[in-house]
This record gives sequence, structure tokens and C-alpha cells, in this order.
Amino acid sequence: MAALFEGFTLCGVVSGSARAEAALLGVEAEREEDRVVVTDCGRSVTVYKVSDQKPLGSWHVRQGQSLTCPAVWSSRSGEYVAVTDSRVIRIWKDDDTTFEKTFKATVCADVARIHAAADSEPVVLFARGAVRMLDALLEAPQQPIEEVLSEEEVIRWSCSLVEGKQLVTIFTTEQKEDCYLYLQRFNPNSLHKYKLETGESRARPLSLCATVRNQSIKLLCLYSSGCLYQSVLSMRGTIQDGVQLLPRTLLLRLPVEDGHLSSASVVSLDEGNLAMVGVPHPSASAGKEFLCIWNTNFQTLQAAKELTGRIYGQLWSYSGRLYVPHGKALTVIPYECERSSLATALGRLQQDRSDGSKPVTTVVSWNTLLHEDTIQHQKGARGVETRQSKSRKSQMTSLLTVDQVLEKIKSASEDSVTRDVEMILSGTADPELQLVVGRLASQLVSRCQSDSAFYPHHTLAQLVHTRCVCHSLCPNLLMLALEKKDYSLAQLCLQHFPDIPEAVTCACLKAFLDAEESDLQTENLEPDSVSFMEGMVAVCKRDGALENGFSPVLLEEDSCDVNAPTTRAKGKADWLVLDMPCPVGVKKAALLNEILQTAHTDSFLLPHLKDLTAQQVVLFLQYLQFLYLKYYQDISAQAPGLRSPTVTQIMDWVCSTLDAHFTVLVMLPEARDLLFQLHKFVRSQVRLICELGKIQGSLQDLHKLKQTEDADLYSIEVIELF
Amino acid sequence: MGEFKVHRVRFFGYMPSGIRCMSFNERAERLALGRLDGTLEIFNFKDSFYQEKVIPGNDSRSVEAVCWVAERLFTAGLNGEITEYDLENLCPKYSLDAFGGPIWTVACNAQGTHLAVGCEDGSIKLFEILPEKIRFERNLDRQKGRVLSLSWHESGTRIAAGMLDMIRIFDVQSGHATHRMLVDRGVSGMRNHECVVWCVAFLSDLTVISTDSSGKVQVWNAAMGILSSTHLVSKSDVLSLAVSKDESSFVVGTSEGTVVQFQFLANILGGDEKAWVRTKTFKPHTHDVRALAEIGTAVVSGGLDTQLVVRPLLDKVDIMSYDNVLHKIHFPHRSLVSCAQKAGMLLFQFPAQLEVWRLGESEGRGKPGDTLFVKKNPEKLLQLKRKGEDHISCSAISPCGGWLAYSTVSSLRVYRLQCDEHVSISKVPKLPKVLRSAHQLSFSDDSSKLFAASTHSMVHVISLSQSECKHLHTFKPKSGSTEPVHLLAASKDGKWLAAANRGCEIHIYNLHKLKPHCTVPIYGSCPTAMGIHPTSNNLLMVHADRQIFEYSIVEKQYTDWSRRVQREGLHKLWLERDTPVTHVTFNPRNAAQFMLHDTYMFCIIDQSLPLPDNKCQFYNQITLKSLSEQERLSHAHAFKMCTKYQHLLFLGLLDDESLVVVQRPLTDIASQLPAPVRLKKFAT
Repeated sequence: MAALFEGFTLCGVVSGSARAEAALLGVEAEREEDRVVVTDCGRSVTVYKVSDQKPLGSWHVRQGQSLTCPAVWSSRSGEYVAVTDSRVIRIWKDDDTTFEKTFKATVCADVARIHAAADSEPVVLFARGAVRMLDALLEAPQQPIEEVLSEEEVIRWSCSLVEGKQLVTIFTTEQKEDCYLYLQRFNPNSLHKYKLETGESRARPLSLCATVRNQSIKLLCLYSSGCLYQSVLSMRGTIQDGVQLLPRTLLLRLPVEDGHLSSASVVSLDEGNLAMVGVPHPSASAGKEFLCIWNTNFQTLQAAKELTGRIYGQLWSYSGRLYVPHGKALTVIPYECERSSLATALGRLQQDRSDGSKPVTTVVSWNTLLHEDTIQHQKGARGVETRQSKSRKSQMTSLLTVDQVLEKIKSASEDSVTRDVEMILSGTADPELQLVVGRLASQLVSRCQSDSAFYPHHTLAQLVHTRCVCHSLCPNLLMLALEKKDYSLAQLCLQHFPDIPEAVTCACLKAFLDAEESDLQTENLEPDSVSFMEGMVAVCKRDGALENGFSPVLLEEDSCDVNAPTTRAKGKADWLVLDMPCPVGVKKAALLNEILQTAHTDSFLLPHLKDLTAQQVVLFLQYLQFLYLKYYQDISAQAPGLRSPTVTQIMDWVCSTLDAHFTVLVMLPEARDLLFQLHKFVRSQVRLICELGKIQGSLQDLHKLKQTEDADLYSIEVIELF
Repeated sequence: MGEFKVHRVRFFGYMPSGIRCMSFNERAERLALGRLDGTLEIFNFKDSFYQEKVIPGNDSRSVEAVCWVAERLFTAGLNGEITEYDLENLCPKYSLDAFGGPIWTVACNAQGTHLAVGCEDGSIKLFEILPEKIRFERNLDRQKGRVLSLSWHESGTRIAAGMLDMIRIFDVQSGHATHRMLVDRGVSGMRNHECVVWCVAFLSDLTVISTDSSGKVQVWNAAMGILSSTHLVSKSDVLSLAVSKDESSFVVGTSEGTVVQFQFLANILGGDEKAWVRTKTFKPHTHDVRALAEIGTAVVSGGLDTQLVVRPLLDKVDIMSYDNVLHKIHFPHRSLVSCAQKAGMLLFQFPAQLEVWRLGESEGRGKPGDTLFVKKNPEKLLQLKRKGEDHISCSAISPCGGWLAYSTVSSLRVYRLQCDEHVSISKVPKLPKVLRSAHQLSFSDDSSKLFAASTHSMVHVISLSQSECKHLHTFKPKSGSTEPVHLLAASKDGKWLAAANRGCEIHIYNLHKLKPHCTVPIYGSCPTAMGIHPTSNNLLMVHADRQIFEYSIVEKQYTDWSRRVQREGLHKLWLERDTPVTHVTFNPRNAAQFMLHDTYMFCIIDQSLPLPDNKCQFYNQITLKSLSEQERLSHAHAFKMCTKYQHLLFLGLLDDESLVVVQRPLTDIASQLPAPVRLKKFAT
């Protein structure tokens, strides 16, 4: 799981004009983790200590000159390197106060960028594609620089990577409609040229980011169509001639409103997570800009943060912090990416009982989904027209209809939308369904949000039933259901979404606790859950009937006089009456049971649980106690096949609730009885377990019985020898 | 191959006696071992640690110290006597009172001319060793306090004596004490207790090593009479000490059951200055280590927990072989149980009594692995206490269960036993005069004759009948050997008698003609078990080195199978077994099969099957069990090992073809031992 934390402003951004494409020339890492070099568009280079939000040093070029390349810190020499006026390389140190007295060298070609990969000599990339090591260049500044690129080719992006001693520089160029990627290797120097596929929609690469691991370069490329592709290049490749098509695999297809992104940026955070800016949030309304963290393994949105003001499509990431210029400031947003696994992605695995009548969640086979795509692209890269690529075309037609439906959803009436969606669902193949359903759901939800009269309950329920929707795909669906008091949809979502955040779970809990019983009476909840609760309450009403003539025997005199405060008649030995009436109605109980069964992590749950009011907490605890007592009393309450919370889940929730509200509960007079009884009951249970432990101890000796037989002084045995 | 009903007997309450002292004879490679009940045992370390001779104890005699003088064996005890033993007749030769009260220690000088004994009254007495006897020579200066340990200097001119709180060095010539070295009483709280110097050793460089009751091992300079170093090795007594022959190392045994080795090592590698350094600690015992011997490549230790442990010193071992692995000897290498096959009775021999039990009966049959319901419990028919003070040396019950015989060193008794409804026993009066004592007793298969192995390898044949016992004949070995006979085997048809003696000779006598028939070629290792095949009259012998021979009595030569065994060799795992085979029985169901057992297994050997070679799996019962009938045939080999029954004292076959196994679990023995001095418990 990834999380974005509260950000802070590092410095202001002085963008010269409103149409300026970039807010800053660049943000580069400095010698320490906590320091960055910020080069603004105009004339200054500033070194900041990030945690203090304080500039440590600043250098300005003279009026009339301008910085044309972001300043970098060369860790080899401990100097800063920048380029002014495209041709003058300037090198300075911390103690130099002005540019005037620093070293400068004029070269005979325009410099595009200077890159300083960690622990290696800075690399100078010339605008015409030539690459030089800085020290080699400074030995003879006036050396002739060859032209690699053709006349109309322009460098769009570049970076330099190092692993071990191998250093490479990668840059992309644009020539009219075509895009190329160049890979420059050093020692021996070789330049390799790839063509970037643009696809049918003529989408152009917007942002790239490259990481290196195990001698392979992972290149992420975000296209203006909203697709994110991954390509893998080798650090030490064989020398090949000619221009090759760069093989790519689709990682993510992000929802893009009007077909094209204008400016966006992507940064890889770790193996599975990447941060993006300039890509619309899948469920936010238009016009708002978000910084999002996506998980490419699970194709889920992990975290998002709204950014105010204009964004520039620029994003940097250094040592756990994202640097994003927006509006008039450069904001630093710390983030955290935990190692993602399926278990953490889905939260705690919610029901491990396999005897349930149905699997609770379908695990979407990401592999087939992604793998199929890979195959397609590999074949496409070889330029072979196969059945696969043909089928892609046929899919396009189906996608077209989806697009039409999406369009229709924006305006059409509820009935026609219901019909169309049904048609789409019946006509879409399985792997596509995932994407289609997600898009439909988010479109529907946004329509519902904007148009309060529009609420196609059945369609939404149907979409949820496909098990292709999950919370991260359509985060507002559950909240919408709560808003509309559509408890049956909420129940469905709780049952089918594997990835509900703890905050939403708590919101549901609050809503359910506050729900009017009368509202719920009409609600058409899932029959299994309701019948389970009905059975439970029926057991509760079966007073005095003892099962098989068995009556639970007193453990300790003071041990378990646990009965509801209302029914307690002091003085009598009626502690045996473990029955307490169900504190909530059957349907509300069924809803609460769903909450109990959701996947959650205690530490994330706790802060949100604190939002519950005291009354809610008391009611919830009473209900939990009721369940606990029932389970204790009647093992058959856990009917197999029915979806019901386990004792462990109940206990988890009791613990979490008590943890979150203990101080409040202690002060609350009406909670005193409740806590008191709970304590007594738990104590009796603990004693029971002690006794069971003793029994286990003595029964364990049964295993040794065989050996004691051996100790007999005399026995007659039969043996066989072969 | 075969199902057997097994009577598993654990009610034989055999309890070995604790080990008190030992002495190793390097020339003969024999270890003499004295037990607390006065029994002396001699182990032959050349011959797979076989317990060669046992001299039964006597209630009035205690063995406090044992000492070899060349091939002669002397002991001294708290009865104040020095005793020399007749190792051929396995009895005391003579005893001599030293007139100094209880004797604690005895030591012989390196020249083998004098014996010194330390007495309770504080005197050290010197005896001159003469052929056939010893003679009192003189006393050294008498001191106050008992003399607990003695050690001669190799020159024979000085003696170190360990006493209470001190060590004294005596000049033998003058008899005066030259040095008096006080031993510290140890930690406070122990100050009121005298410090007992349990052991001293006088090294040739005039170093004296002492061990005492406060847990110290001290090294003294006897020339100057000063203490060189002290090593605290225990919180309780250090009871025993043994120095290696080259005086480069010594071991001490503590009452906690540990054995600690010290070595004389250079302080700096390659340096000249050497010191005694504590090097290794073993814990071979649970109780007091009362006796120790260093035999060059191993440390032999024994103590109150009754077991004899031979632990190899791996730094002195060049090649790992059978002889230098850890050996533990728990049980005697002779049978204390005899079985009346026809009557289903067992005779258990204790030092002071005999017990006769009748085995129980079971109901129905069962599958292999079952335990059958015991319809009739075993019954103790008789407990017969011996007469006199001498311990029982051997005993036998006749196959019909009607006769019982036992012998001590001084007397032999035969009883008539009737066990119908009432058990009645009557001593057979007027035994022939020749029957004074026996080393081994055996009845013929029809219970009409008693064979008694007597002195000088003689075997007396006595005919038994209701009316009288008649001496029929006495067989004498033609070789003139005087070694005691320890095994007797009579053939089922009553024609042959085989007698094996400790000199490894096996003589075969013809009982019909009452003449010696032949002598089996002598094999270098002592036979430990033998039997005559009931139909073919082949003599089967198993030796201490676990070699198996089969000798045809009629043809007077080794059988083909025996030659095949010798040619192909026995399996490595068989030869490496730790304990000797002590009994041979034949399977009446299958003439090709016979059964052997040692302490940890019994096995059936099928002469019709191929012998296992070293490559094949030796313990293959579990494998065979999992195979089908046909496959078994191809995998089976002659040795069918069963390790289900451990700590076997006896395995026999009754006439109804059921097996009798007599077990004595070590835990049962351990539970009867006194509590150890100190048990180290975790976190205490």
C-alpha cells in the first residue's frame, strides 16, 4: 500500500508567462538526502534543505544571460554544473558566492542537458544528439561536436542511469509525428536507436521515466492517450544496426476524459508503484488536478492528493519525497510505498472458510489479463499481422459501443441506461469486462453525483454482481450508496469489494448504526445474511429449552452473570441466563455483520473508529457482545454455508472498538454495565480456557499410554520375521 | 518367514553391583574390576572387551583395591585381609590378615617385589611378594589417621601416602616420612570436615598428584614438599585418578559422574616449560566415578551406576575401528537365566538366591504386532536362598523342570523340584564326592544327566534318578589345559557333549562311549555361545569377535556353510556389534535356522539363504515387510535381525515353539540406584 502524506511548500514558482510549459527547469538531488538543487526558469539556482524548507545557497546569472539547463550536483567533484545561454558550461562550488568568478567553458554546440548519475562523471548531452563526458569535454572545450540527429529532430526527454560501472544515457526525440528513443552506452561507446510505437490513435509519449535494476532498464512511458507502457532494455546490449521498434507492454490504461492528455508526468516509486501528475483522478470531477499513486501490479489507485492551481506536468521524486510544481509553488509531498503483496493490496484476507456456498471474491486473474496483452504486443512488435491483432480490431468495435454507452450515460434516462448497460454486459468477453465495467461504473457514479434524481440501483447492483468492480476502480460507489441510503447496494459492495479502505468501512459502520430501523424494514437485503440473523434471534427467544437436556454448569460462583442490564434481577442465581435481546434489528444486524467481515488492518482502522460517537460505540459493543454470547452459547450459530462473522472477527472488532474508545467508555455511565459484564464474561472464558488447558494436559498423556504398556512386567506378543 | 509368539519377560530383577575399583594389566591387556559386592571380573581388552572370568563374591569379603602383580591378582578389603586369587579355578587362593584394621589401598612397586597396603590404623605395611605367597616384611613409620591412598615412585625408594588433610612422602629404606604436605580443606563451610585425599599418584619426576574430597586436583613437588598447582574440578569429591603410562596425561573421576582429563602441555606452543592443563571433560556416568584406568587410547571408567565405560581418547587414536569407539558394558557376558523348555519355567540366578518362575499362558492367536490377552499370569514358584557366604557362581534347571542345580565356589547343590499343585523342593542327598564346585552346570536334554564343569577343565557326568545320583565319568581335556570351562552343550540325542574353556579350546566328548571324541581347531577369540544342532549334530559356535563357525562332530570338520561364511566374510555391521552373542538356540520348525542374541538384538540365521555382503542392507526387516511375497525372496538374506527387544538377558525357545525374551531395561536398573550426589538442573 502506498500513502501520500501532508505536503509543504518548498518555494514559490515564478513562471514568466501563463503559457509557459514548465514551471521550473529542474529539481535535482544534492549530496545529502535532505537537499535538492532547484533551477528556475529564469536566472537562479537555489539549494534547499528540504526538511527545514530553507535555502542554503542561491546563485544568479547576470541580466541578459539565462540558464538553459537545470543545474546538477556532481558527486565526483563536489561541484555544481549548469549551462547558461546554451553554450557556456559553468562549474562552481558551495563557497563561490556569485557566478562571475566561477569557472566557465564555452563549447561549440548547443547543450541540451547535463546529467549527473550517482557516483559517476556528469554527462553532457548536446542538442544535436552527441554525448560527451564532462571531463573529456572540458579538456578541449572547443572540440568539434558531431550531429547525430536529423534537422527536424528535437530532444524531448533524457536521463542518465548507472548500475555498477555501466553508465547509459537515454533520450527521446520527436520528428514530426514520429518518436525515437536513443540509448547511448559508454565504454565502448555505442548509440542505439529505437522507434517508439505511437499506435493508431497517434498518441504521443508525454512522459518517460527509467529505472535500472539487475542490468535491465525499465522504461515507463505515458502516452497522451492515457496508456502507460513498459519497455525493458538491457544495460549491455548487443550492437544492432538499424532502427528497431521498441517492444512495449501495456501496464495501465487510465481514464482520460477527452481522449488526450496535454501535460502529464510519471515517476516510478518502486517496482509496483508509480506517481503521476496531470492524469485525471478516475472519479473526481473535471477541472481538478490530482497527484496519484497507482499500483501497476494490481492496477489500483493507491493514493491521491488534490493539487490546487495549474499543474505543469512536472514531477520529481527524490528519497521518499515527491516534488511537484503547481499553481505558484513547488510542493514537497512525502510518500510511503510499502511492499505490495496481494494480501496487503486486499487488506486482511477476509474469509478463509472455504465451505461457504460461494466464493466471496473472485480473484481477478491479472496474469491472463496482462499476459494476453504482452503476447499481443510482442507479436505486434515483430510486425506480424496475426489473428491476435485482427481480434484487437474486432474488440475496437465493441469498445466503440462502450464509448457510446458512456456517452449516453451522461444524459440518457434511467431506463435506457439500464437497458444499454445490460446489453453491454451480456456482450463483452471476460478479459475486457474488467475495463468496461469499471468505466461504466465510474461514469454512472459521476452521473448520479451530478444528477440527484438519477439513481439506477439495479444497474449498479448488476455491475457489482459481475465482481469486476472494486473499490479503487470506483471509489465513490459505496459512498454514493450510503448517501442514497441504498443499504442493499452497500451490503453488496461490502461483500464484493476486496479493497475497501478502513475509512470507508468506518463510514459504513457509522451509517449503519445510525440507520433508522424503519428505513431498513423495506430494504431488500441479501437473504442469506438476514436468515442467519433471524436464526440467531430465534435461538435467543427459545427460552429455557435446553439442548439435549444439557444445561451449562456453573464454572465459578462469580464467573458469568452476564445478562442484559435490563433483564438483570439481582440476587437470584439467574446468571445462567446468557440470553440478551438483540440490541439491533435483524436487518441492521445483517448489515453490521458485513462490516465485521470486511478486510481491515487494525492500525489503519483505529483512527477512523475514533470518529464514532459514544452512543454508536455503546450500541456497537452491545451488538458485538450479543454475538459473542450467542456464539459461546450455541456453536451451531455458526451455520456452515451461511455468510457469518467468525468469533475471531467479532473479538477483533471488540478489541479495536475498546482500544479506540476506552477512555470515553470508562467515563460513560451507561457503558459501565456493559463493560462490567463484558469483563466478567471474558474472565469466565479465560478460566474455561485454563481448565481446558488442564484437560489437554492430562489427555496428552494418553499418547504416552503406549509406552506405559511397555513397562508391563509380562506380556505375550506376536512378532513376524521376514 | 515366520510368526512367533513371544513371552516378553521383564520381571527378572537383576541388579548389577556398583564398581569399586579396577586395575589394568598392560602386558596381558586385561582389566580386573572389583565390585561393591566383592565380585571380581576380568575383561580381555584384546578380545572385544569380553568378560573372560568372573570370580564370585563373598559376603564377608570386600574389595577395596585391586592390584596386578605380573599375572597375579591381589585385592585388599575392609575386612583387613589381602587376598590372592586363583585365576584358573576362579576362587581365592589364600588370604592374609594385615593386622592393621580395614585396608583402604594396596599398591605394588614397579619392580613387582613388594606390595604396600594402607590401613585404617595409619600404618603402611610392606609385603614381600614370593612365588605362591606373600610375606609381611615391615611397617613404615606409623602416622595418625587412616591411609587412604598409596603410590610408589618408580624407583621403589619412596611412597606417597594420601591421608586425612595431608600427603606424606615416605622413604622406604628408612621407613621415615620425609615430607608432610598439608591439603587445604577447601571452601568455608567445609572447614570443619576433614579433607580426604582419595588418590595420589607419584610420577617419576617426583611430582605427586592428589585428588581429594573438596573437589581439588593438586600437583605437588615432592622433592621440595611444595604445592605447584591446584585445579578445582568439582564441588564434591574427586574419587579416582589414573595416570597414563608415559605420564603425559592423567584423568580424574568425580562423584558427579564426570571424568576430567589433564595433560602435561607446554605453556607456549613449542616451548619447554610445561604445566598440567585441564583439557577434556566427559560425563560418562550419573553417579560416583569410583574407578578409572588409562589404557593408552582410551579411558576406562566405572562407578556406582554399575556400568563400565570405555571411552576412546580420539587424540591418541590413529584409525577408527571397532576397538576404539565408545563401549558401555552393562550386563554380564554370561547367561544368568536358564530355561526349562518342556515345562515352560525360567530360573533366574542372583548372587544370593535363585528364583523359579512359570510362564503365563495366552488366549487365542493374534496377528503380528498384537499383544495377546494373558489368560494366566506368570507365577513365581520358588525362591531359593543359597547356603553359606559365597555367591552363586552358576546354576541350571533341567529341561523337564524337575531338577535344579547351583554351585558356589565352595559347594554344589542339586535339588529335586516338583511343581504339580504344590511346589515342593528337596535337596538331593549324598552327592558324589567329586562334585565340590562347578564353573558351569548343564542338564542333558532328557534330564537324566547333569554335567558339571569343574577344576582343571574337567567335566563330571552325573546320572540322575529318583533314587540316587551316580558319578558316571569325568572327562579331562587331552590338551591338559587348566582353564575353567565356561560353556557346556549337550546334543539332543544324548550322544555328544561339547565343553568350551577360557583358553578358547572346545572339546567334544562321546557320552555313549564316555571317551573324548575330538577337539575343535582353536580359534583366537573366546567362544561366547555354542550349541549342538538337534538333528545334524553340528556344533555351532559364536566367538567374542562375532565370528560364527559350524563344526560337524561326526565328520570332525567344519561344515560347508561354515567355510562359506569364512570365505565370504560376515557383514560389517554384524562384526561391529557392541555386545557378544550369549546364547544359541535352534528352530525346531526349520532345520536350517538357528537363533542368536546379544544385548540389543536377536536374530534368526537361515543357512539356506545367501549371506549378506557389505553392500546390501543388513537390517532389512522393515524393507522386507513392505515388499510383496515374491520380491522378498530376492531381497532376503541369511540374517534376520530383530531389534524390537532391547537389553536382552536371555532368549530361548520353548517346546511349544514360542520364544521367551528376558529383558532388563536400563531405566529399571537406574531407578534402583541411590540418588546421585548432585543433579545439575537447568537454571538451578
